[in-house]
Amino acid sequence: MSKELSSHNPESVSIVLCGQAGQGIQTVEYLLTRIFKLAGYNVFATKEYMSRIRGGINSTSIRIGSGPVRAAVSTIDILVPLNKGALRHVEHNISARTVILADKEMIGEDITQGKHKIVDVPFTGTAAEIGDKIYSNVVAVGAIAGIFGVELKMVGKYVEKFFSAKSADIVQKNLAALKKGFEFGVGIKRSSKINLNIVGDAGVEDQVLLNGGEAVALGAIAGGCNFIASYPMSPSTSVLAFLAKNAKTFDIIAEQAEDEIAAINMGLGAWYAGARAMATTSGGGLALMTEGVSLAGIMESPMVIHLAQRPGPATGLPTRTEQGDLELALYAGHGEFPRIIFAPGKIEDAFFLTQRAFNLADKYQVPVFILTDQYFMDSYYNTAAPDLSKAKIEKYVTRTKKDYRRYEFTKSGVSPRGVPGFGTGLIAADSDEHDTEGHITEDLDLRIRMVDKRLHKGELLKKDNIPPELTGAKNYKNLIVCWGSTHNIAEEAVQKLGRKDVALLHFKQVYPLPDQTAGYLQKAEKTIIVENNATAQFAKLIKLRTGIDFDEKILKYNGLSFFVEELAEKLKDVLN
Amino acid sequence: MDTKVFDMNDIDIAWCPGCGNFPILKTLKRALAELQIKPTDLVLVSGIGQAAKIPHYLKTNVFNGLHGRALPAATAIKAANPALTVIAESGDGDMYGEGGNHFIHTIRRNPNITNIVHNNMVYGLTKGQASPTSQKGFVTPVQVGGVFLEPFNPLAVAIALDASFVARAFAGDIERTAEILKQAIERNGYALVDIFQPCVTFNRINTIQWFKEHTYNLEDHDPSDRQKAFEKATETEKLPLGIFYQSPQKPSFEENVGIYEEKQTPLYERDLDKKELKNLIETYKMRL
Repeated sequence: MSKELSSHNPESVSIVLCGQAGQGIQTVEYLLTRIFKLAGYNVFATKEYMSRIRGGINSTSIRIGSGPVRAAVSTIDILVPLNKGALRHVEHNISARTVILADKEMIGEDITQGKHKIVDVPFTGTAAEIGDKIYSNVVAVGAIAGIFGVELKMVGKYVEKFFSAKSADIVQKNLAALKKGFEFGVGIKRSSKINLNIVGDAGVEDQVLLNGGEAVALGAIAGGCNFIASYPMSPSTSVLAFLAKNAKTFDIIAEQAEDEIAAINMGLGAWYAGARAMATTSGGGLALMTEGVSLAGIMESPMVIHLAQRPGPATGLPTRTEQGDLELALYAGHGEFPRIIFAPGKIEDAFFLTQRAFNLADKYQVPVFILTDQYFMDSYYNTAAPDLSKAKIEKYVTRTKKDYRRYEFTKSGVSPRGVPGFGTGLIAADSDEHDTEGHITEDLDLRIRMVDKRLHKGELLKKDNIPPELTGAKNYKNLIVCWGSTHNIAEEAVQKLGRKDVALLHFKQVYPLPDQTAGYLQKAEKTIIVENNATAQFAKLIKLRTGIDFDEKILKYNGLSFFVEELAEKLKDVLN
Repeated sequence: MDTKVFDMNDIDIAWCPGCGNFPILKTLKRALAELQIKPTDLVLVSGIGQAAKIPHYLKTNVFNGLHGRALPAATAIKAANPALTVIAESGDGDMYGEGGNHFIHTIRRNPNITNIVHNNMVYGLTKGQASPTSQKGFVTPVQVGGVFLEPFNPLAVAIALDASFVARAFAGDIERTAEILKQAIERNGYALVDIFQPCVTFNRINTIQWFKEHTYNLEDHDPSDRQKAFEKATETEKLPLGIFYQSPQKPSFEENVGIYEEKQTPLYERDLDKKELKNLIETYKMRL
């Protein structure tokens, strides 16, 4: 890495690819991240995109590190603008140290002399020589691989594998494009215009490269999910698609419902008949599901809902990110009944929390939410493969006897759940207030007992609460609190600050609020909440449950996630 | 089988004396008994309304869900355990109004369930407003100048969507209704049985007498003739009763989902194949 680069962060390099939707940026991102992982580098990628199918300008950021890289940064070390206007799109993040690999012929007008450090790479011309400018993406892949000194043979093999479904001619042309690009890359490396000293990490090879959506879907399978009905809505849809793709292998019924109302009612019907069901949606979809959430409450039905948040109200910014629907998940559904809300911060959390959601939903017969967001769903990095021995499926369905009563009052507080056809009993589940058999009642004394029975489960399930995780100084003066997807960004920002009196407290279970919360907050001289929303929804929940106000709130709601540098700066301003 | 197996002990039925729901309940018990369907193998799924209370008055498995949402739940119950006989039963407001979207898409999905709709052309439980099937000119506390919306035609819609089985019956005719219900339950795929029923409290127009005068039984009708079925479904002067349409045989939703081809076991009896999951996770190591 050049001196100015290495003075910034010698351990990681940030590459940004920017171009039009439909131009193949996804392919470049896919190939590069896999190639880097194969080469033994730690890799992280995230993207931002517009709500359209073609055109517009989208960008993907890839970080390569000697050690783990798991969070979005705004700094650009290497920028690859793939069309006119792309450079302008990321202009505010270009600094003196940004090296721009660009086809001068194509983006010439966008270049500001003296400000932009350009290394001319004729992506388009080279691709055209090979046969079509469509190959310019692979020229770019080759160039970056060459700069990093990745072994060409290995890259070639991977590219060949990637295009294996295409004709031999297309494969050959892609390989030619790769080789040409690689030569440019090697040339750039030799010229010392860019010098890198990222080293491989032996542990990377055996790790998995997963994004948030894949981790949620794999976690669902590990939780025994065998039914999903959902309505497509960004950024939640990838979970439905993943389960549909793997439906045959894992005996999963994956159905695209006519609307979210049907989706959740199908889910509840499926649980009633003994399936383990989930729905995946975003805020607008959950808004439609709320009556169904309430039905889960009174029927005492398990249900798992993955809520991938995006900025609202209403349609908001459909392809952007926000942590704006915590309160929606907290209060969705009329009437009073318990629920559990998880919010993974790390990829492995998404796997294990989703897995656990099915067990807890079944155990306590309550709806369980997993809150992610667009940033989390679309970001990925290499991490240890989930240990399946820690992902035990707990099933609570019981064989019924003739005198079975679905809502029997029991010592444990939870009525054993039978399913129709399993045993000799009859299963009656009712949305009306009901008697122990599940039949409609207006006995008002029984009503009180039924309400108490349901609410008591809300106390019982606290036994399975997941405490928040404290990292950083044990004897902290400043305590930074965050939840869900902001974890990795906050963690790196805190590391960057390098202070001995700062700790980070991350909640992956946001409801019920773990008992330890107040204790952690009371120990701090100063408390700071970090949330990707405008009204500090989690801080409000903490205030409601503990009476404690935060001293400082760092909030972001422009539709993008926090960036490490940005958050570090904001934290520096408010720390004691 | 004796219909008594479906009798509930000691229940307080919330229907008005003389309500058309009583003969429907009786007819349903008879059809089920004649088909030898055991209470433990049956699930009655309903929404909200007076008709939707029927599962509480028939001894079997019950899923009494939300207003308008019986069909999605019923579809999933059948899909999770195809050995069960699943009947989704509610009123015209529930199935055609609140649940209209599900009505359309459930027919497209074609689960092997029976959809019984008590059609009295009025909202009873909310005290007399128009329903989707109320006839033009019907005066109510809300439609004060009379209904001016075109009445919903469930049979024509179902035939247009090529439903597996489409029939209409009259609650007062227990013999014929029981026969239609039996055929509907036995038919593989989605079966609609719309049952005309008088509301003795809130519909003074469409009375027993009115139904007797304004309906007739289909005779010599070929239910495989879709054009003719559509023609019959759109008659308005006198409303035909009987089996209007049966589509050519086609796979049900459960047969299409692809997990019952090799084994028929319900989902609750199946376990995760951890080896396959391990293999799948392995592919994310992105090796060459």
